[in-house]
Amino acid sequence: MTLRDKTADETPRSWVRAVLYDATIRGWVFQGLVLLGLILFAIWVIHNTAANLRAANIPFGFDFLNMRAGFDISQKPIDYTLDSSHAQAFKVGLLNTIIVSVLGIILATIVGFVVGISRLSSNWLLARAATVYIETLRNVPLLLQLLFWYKAVLSVLPGPRQGYALPFSINLSNRGLTMPRPIAGDGFEFVMWSVPVAVALAWAVARWARNRQATTGQSFPVFRASLGIVIGLPLVIFLALGAPLSFEIPELKGFNFAGGMVVHPELIAMLLGISLYTATFIAETVRAGILAVSAGQSEAAFSLGLRPRQTMRLIVVPQAMRVIIPPLTSQYLNLTKNSSLALAIGYPDLVAVFAGSTLNITGHAIEVIAITMAVYLALSLITAALMNWFNARVALVER
Amino acid sequence: MRSNTFKTLLLGAAFIGAGAVAASAGTLDEVKAKGFVQCGVNGAGLAGFGAPDDAGNWTGLDVDACRAVAAAVFGDPSKVKYTGLSAKERFTALQSKEIDMLARNSTNTMSRDTQLGITFTGVNYYDGQGFMVKKALGVSSAKDLNGASVCVQSGTTTELNLADYFKSNGMTFNAVVFEKQEEADAAYDAGRCDAYTTDASGLYSIRLKMTNPDDSIVLPEIISKEPLGPAVRQGDDQWESIVRWSHYAMLIAEEFGVTQANVDEMKTSENPEVQRLLGVGEGVDFGTPIGLTKDWAYNIIKGVGNYGESFERNVGEGSPLKIARGLNALWTKGGLQYAPPIR
Amino acid sequence: MSRIETDTVFVRRDFLEPEAPPASLGGFPGWARKNLFSSPLNIVVSLAMLFLLVWFIPPLFKWLFVDAVWTGDNRDACLPKGDETVGACWAFINAKAAQFTFGSYPADERWRPALVMIAFFAGLFWIAVPKMPRRREGVWLMLTVFPVATFWLLYGGFGLPIVETSNWGGLLVTLVVAITGIVASLPLGILLALGRRSKLPFIKIVSVVFIEIWRGVPLITVLFMASVMLPLFLPTGVNFDKLLRALIGVALFTGAYMAETIRGGLQAIPKGQYEGAASLGLGYWQSMRLIILPQALKIVIPGIVNSFISLFKDTSLVMIIGLYDLLGSIQRNFSDANWSTPSIAPTGLIFAAAVFWVFCFSMSRYSMYMERKLNTGHKR
Repeated sequence: MTLRDKTADETPRSWVRAVLYDATIRGWVFQGLVLLGLILFAIWVIHNTAANLRAANIPFGFDFLNMRAGFDISQKPIDYTLDSSHAQAFKVGLLNTIIVSVLGIILATIVGFVVGISRLSSNWLLARAATVYIETLRNVPLLLQLLFWYKAVLSVLPGPRQGYALPFSINLSNRGLTMPRPIAGDGFEFVMWSVPVAVALAWAVARWARNRQATTGQSFPVFRASLGIVIGLPLVIFLALGAPLSFEIPELKGFNFAGGMVVHPELIAMLLGISLYTATFIAETVRAGILAVSAGQSEAAFSLGLRPRQTMRLIVVPQAMRVIIPPLTSQYLNLTKNSSLALAIGYPDLVAVFAGSTLNITGHAIEVIAITMAVYLALSLITAALMNWFNARVALVER
Repeated sequence: MRSNTFKTLLLGAAFIGAGAVAASAGTLDEVKAKGFVQCGVNGAGLAGFGAPDDAGNWTGLDVDACRAVAAAVFGDPSKVKYTGLSAKERFTALQSKEIDMLARNSTNTMSRDTQLGITFTGVNYYDGQGFMVKKALGVSSAKDLNGASVCVQSGTTTELNLADYFKSNGMTFNAVVFEKQEEADAAYDAGRCDAYTTDASGLYSIRLKMTNPDDSIVLPEIISKEPLGPAVRQGDDQWESIVRWSHYAMLIAEEFGVTQANVDEMKTSENPEVQRLLGVGEGVDFGTPIGLTKDWAYNIIKGVGNYGESFERNVGEGSPLKIARGLNALWTKGGLQYAPPIR
Repeated sequence: MSRIETDTVFVRRDFLEPEAPPASLGGFPGWARKNLFSSPLNIVVSLAMLFLLVWFIPPLFKWLFVDAVWTGDNRDACLPKGDETVGACWAFINAKAAQFTFGSYPADERWRPALVMIAFFAGLFWIAVPKMPRRREGVWLMLTVFPVATFWLLYGGFGLPIVETSNWGGLLVTLVVAITGIVASLPLGILLALGRRSKLPFIKIVSVVFIEIWRGVPLITVLFMASVMLPLFLPTGVNFDKLLRALIGVALFTGAYMAETIRGGLQAIPKGQYEGAASLGLGYWQSMRLIILPQALKIVIPGIVNSFISLFKDTSLVMIIGLYDLLGSIQRNFSDANWSTPSIAPTGLIFAAAVFWVFCFSMSRYSMYMERKLNTGHKR
């Protein structure tokens, strides 16, 4: 039936129809149209932008990065003066973003794991408190929480002259947490170099211990040994060189503390807000991860004679981590992106310094915003790549 | 696929975006066609210069600049629509034709006047940057502020002047920079900074918002020249003239004692300068050449008042700010406000 | 083998009343022992938590209610007099309630946004509660008639006075941004999700790049782009309003996240459904429209609600580009000279937090409820 139809319809028209209804050809035509539309759209935008910039007499280019910035930044992890360039200001902002993100990720992970495990605790009070904490903080906008913490930090802390004096010349006031700044003396670089050496050594020990356990069955306290090497080796070298480290003690001069290191109240409020908020999501992830490991796994481990700690470390955690890591990655990414809210409370992160002061002073909106977005994109992609690599290592190897 | 959606979005947006206007025509024609002046003002609200009340009605010295232009064009000062702008947005908003004029306490500087595609049309308030400190600090001069933490709003000339001042006086400082003025105000109020810096006029207005206004004092030093004025886009000379001469008309009116109350009587004045201002007499018409009517200045004074009245009402004795005329007095009274003659 | 004497045998004919458990195991003490003091560590933890609660709750309660000021017309009401401590300043919230809800929408026209809000919540109830009749018609009504009517009511025209968007504010802006964002992002998300799973290489690349770019940057930079750069992208003289620009930024941003949510749904549809559709002779768009999407969208309802919760919280960011949403209009009033006292800032922030919390928490409960409901429906 169909065969005959086909032979009967051997006309040019059916050839056209065959082409028209060929999925591959249609696909390519469709893609071509989309590509054309995109190109036209891009040309349209570029044309408009160029026309607007020409009409407004704004030059396009990145020369402004080399101009003198001339503004101050409150937190300067690297050398930055009023005479530094906008490019240097960009680096300062970027470093500040990285500082708040890394510290935030560490704190949020600690709080998140503690709360997540607490929520599964047999202690009713602790489990309920963890639930209330999670349900309250995750349902309130982060920006609001940051504003709240900033106000709270400023209103709780006294002025610099009435600040709380803590041991080791540390002082806490509404100008921040001031503490002595370590200054490296002669030979301190040897101490620095000994750290990677110690890490390599610890890794070698761990490898040896694993091989030995595999061949002889004897176990070796790897963790304690590694910790001893990583801390001990630099410490021994440090002491052998005669402790080449001095401290610059902050002093109250005039209005503020001069010298030393300062953790500004903006950073304190940022860390409080961002880590407590992100921790609620991490806690839920952790809880889900632990619940995903079935009870039979622990029972089987016990029946093999593993101790509870060993069961946790060798059986439960590795399996839970497989469930936890992918969502944890996206929480870390969220935290990094959310750190851009810093500009609301005056913490000089990338957005505040570069997309704030630099943009407003130079007026190069397109260039500045494009650079800023590119940086966050790169940070996101790098974090994602690192976590994917880690995930690939812990993922189930199917044999 | 993506572009289709995007275009649909854009088209839909352009369709409902009621602000869409045709390109190419002069600003005056566009303004006349849509029936109102779109004016960019201070979005955060700076009392005395541009701030909305709870019902969204704007008042202030900058707002009066917009109203004067509306009065000159339409004979009705209420034909203005306001766009609240942040420091970041203000110049882009003007460049992209989102607004017809900008009156947002913006300092005229060479780079802004020459590189941003905008032109300042005059100075409606001669300001200078100053410092406000807490009385309890016992500071009486800005020279004593060595080592101080200073709260400042980002992206303003203020931020740069602050740095220059401390540098040239060999002092150190720590700037705490905020994106929005409200946040800077609040941080200073909470004791985060020893000093707050912005234009002196702003300091008085911000001091009023403090929990205890009397706890703060404004220091005597003025560390910069801040000529604040309206701005328009470059390249539309007619519109620029209208905005510039709206301000001059208010100054001339004050100089010759023409007020909102007596402007109708003044129409019979024998003084030829007043006659030329109000467009009275045969062949006296300075409005038509710039696309306005002959009674353009009369409308401004009738609708908004002269410069002195506007000043007193918004920032002077008749307002909570109580700022003295100082530099903003007429040139005849030792100030800097000076208008070229109408001839 | 002795025979049992029948008369000495005792046969119980009814059950014994159960004994009360030992005092140490029953009632509250027993419960406490099991749940609070089961081990030395638990004892320490419980005592620490109890201490924290006692330290934290009574002062909070005192500040929120006992010492709070409920009525007053200006700052004098909330200023501490003498030694008296002043808690939350609810009088401030009370006096500004209309502004926090509608912004500076003209007082005579406030019935319009009020009507829209009531209609919205009524409509939402209709389509969200499974037991309501004619939900399908409700969805269509909410997606077609409601937006048009809302636009007309809020903006004006056709007999109603026009209210500029610059006068909109408070909760109204929060809701407008969140709802428009989610509704506009749905079609965009569906297209992108289909594009990402498409077999056409170019379409796939475009979708992936688009999704990953928006997901890789913070919303605040997107809003900056919308407010500062978008005007430069358009032909000279074409402008739209600031709120609309923010909406475009939010929709594109949310669209990318929505695409990933929907992709999850598409992946969960068994391959047999695709093959079944193909074997019926349906084309790509037909099979998507009639077979795949209806199932996929149903699965991802909880995910969409969760996206909506994030978006709802993120709307507070528009205050950074100078729109006055709920948080923005509350923060703006902190510097009202008539009201500035130390307690209005914490009061305002706690109030805003409470409003956001009620919305987000109830939505998250709804999402969990739907998840449970849908789960049972799909069990095989």
